[in-house]
Amino acid sequence: MASPSYKDSFVNGIWKENPVFVQVLGMCPALAITNSVENAIAMSCAVMFVLVTSNALVSILRKWVPKEVRIAVFILIIATFVTVTDYAVKAISVPIYKAMGPFIALIVVNCIILSRAEAFSSKNNVLKSILDGLGMGIGFSIALLCMGGVREILGSGSFLGHPLFGANYEPWVIFVLPSGGFFTLGAWLFIFAWWRERGARNKKPEGHQA
Amino acid sequence: MSATAAHTVPHAHKPTSSLYMIVLLGAVSTVCGLIIVVADMVTAETIRNNLAQITREAVGEVLPGSTELVKYVADLEAGTITPLAEVTGGATNLFACFGTDESGQRRFLGCVSKAAGKGYAGTIEALYAYSPDAQTITGFKVLESKETPGLGDKIILDNDFNANFTNLDVALNGDMTALANPIVTVKHGKKTDPWQIDAISGATVSSKAVGALLDASAERMIPLIHQHLEELRKGGA
Amino acid sequence: MSGGTDDTLSFLILNTLLVNNFVLAQFLGICPFIGVSNKIETASRMGVAVIFVMLVSSALAYGINIVLVAADAEYLRLIAYIAVIASTVQLVEMFIKKTSPALFKALGIYLPLITTNCAVLGVAKLQTSEGYSFIQCIVFALGSGLGFTLALVIMAGIRQKLDLADVPGLAKGTAIILMIAGVLSMAFMGFAGLGS
Repeated sequence: MASPSYKDSFVNGIWKENPVFVQVLGMCPALAITNSVENAIAMSCAVMFVLVTSNALVSILRKWVPKEVRIAVFILIIATFVTVTDYAVKAISVPIYKAMGPFIALIVVNCIILSRAEAFSSKNNVLKSILDGLGMGIGFSIALLCMGGVREILGSGSFLGHPLFGANYEPWVIFVLPSGGFFTLGAWLFIFAWWRERGARNKKPEGHQA
Repeated sequence: MSATAAHTVPHAHKPTSSLYMIVLLGAVSTVCGLIIVVADMVTAETIRNNLAQITREAVGEVLPGSTELVKYVADLEAGTITPLAEVTGGATNLFACFGTDESGQRRFLGCVSKAAGKGYAGTIEALYAYSPDAQTITGFKVLESKETPGLGDKIILDNDFNANFTNLDVALNGDMTALANPIVTVKHGKKTDPWQIDAISGATVSSKAVGALLDASAERMIPLIHQHLEELRKGGA
Repeated sequence: MSGGTDDTLSFLILNTLLVNNFVLAQFLGICPFIGVSNKIETASRMGVAVIFVMLVSSALAYGINIVLVAADAEYLRLIAYIAVIASTVQLVEMFIKKTSPALFKALGIYLPLITTNCAVLGVAKLQTSEGYSFIQCIVFALGSGLGFTLALVIMAGIRQKLDLADVPGLAKGTAIILMIAGVLSMAFMGFAGLGS
């Protein structure tokens, strides 16, 4: 199997293999912690930290870890960094910690992280693994910001807590409720599918693109 | 990096010895354990301060001017009040609050209690301030709730609703064992007596839940506060 | 009596099953909700397996939490819970393989995937933070599992009908499932206030 270039390791996760919109992984936090932009940013940072650190450690250990116990080792490493994140968030801001509820601890079982450990960093060198973690983390953050932005602007009429539309705006409350999360993500997936299909259609007649 | 791939493929075919796996798992666990312990030690102090800070701010909001809090654990079933330091594993649910007057003297301001009850969608946790001199509730703040955003969560944000708790009558009955009038939530605009809570229109269930949790707590907590008033006034000093 | 420790059992069941449904209101276990909801039969089997894993791991997590608190080692909680869940899933796998090879085949890949079902870890985590007693933990786990199964089976029923419907090509797959989930979630909001 050919190893991706340094640039691809970083860029793939942001758009082409975006973890939420393309791979449809890590849906739980993408739905639950996106009722405001602030929460979305906090969650993105937490996931990115865990992705980068666990990718790095898995990559460092990759030559010593035999196939039989690799999943156990991966989970152990991920759980460690999630615990660290848990303490860090609590130390930085208790209100944010409360807003994220159980979802910080649940980063452990976020499919994105385990799948990157298994599919990428157990096969590639440390630098590439860190780049991959960063790329995937940024891709995840973009998705969360897309969700959080739409939900906060429509659902509370504000962005990052700053009111946008003046006092007469009646917020579209449904968007900060759970069902709004489902609707927003569904709509984004729809838009992405349309985008990709349009891209594919435009490419076909020319036929000379790689 | 085909060299790495070539390295791992033959490796996967031959079984690894159990001893190696055990040693490896042990080593990884040790490293992970160390990382966690270090993270815990580094952050523990900050987390404790943060939590204390939040409690202080919340209490300061329901009872403005309080600069010093003495923590107690009130057992409503057994009817006892014990300082937090003397109970193991207890959670503070009563604060005696002190501030300073113009001459810089330490002055007893009142008590702040924690109460919890079921709301529209899960438990509501709240703080309320009680003034033993006036026998009224003087402040109220929801700490945690899962009420519906935009409807039920008005119990946190609605100013008119919060105005109910600036002077809510909770006078005790003659023998100081219960409230003279139970706290009740009435429909929006139907408030006639000082012990009633005027509900938010459109969030009646959540408003009623607030009334019920306040009544349930105050009914026992306030007689208890009066039994131990001398001790609370001294505040362990 | 602070916190949720005085929640009655009937309130717990109603709350986790309907009002705060794990999938539709708390967004726990979305991956299997989307992945395993194409047929009622698989969905209900998956649900049963999840209920079982939840019950066992909830009981074990309760015990482990007591030990960890006594040893003053709460920082190991997450790792311990994950280990418990992973081994419970293995146990269930072995048990099902022995007693019902047919069911084992039907569940296939989804059985080991329960380990990474965040609803299971969610139960362990939430019961600890709410400070439930042992009985409350079991009832909470049961209600959560039932709620998960309910959402899964309803979705599977709708998706079976959906096969006959004319869905726009672009919305096929996850997008339309999420839209339906949104409507379901809205419907479940109607249960709010029940049991209070």
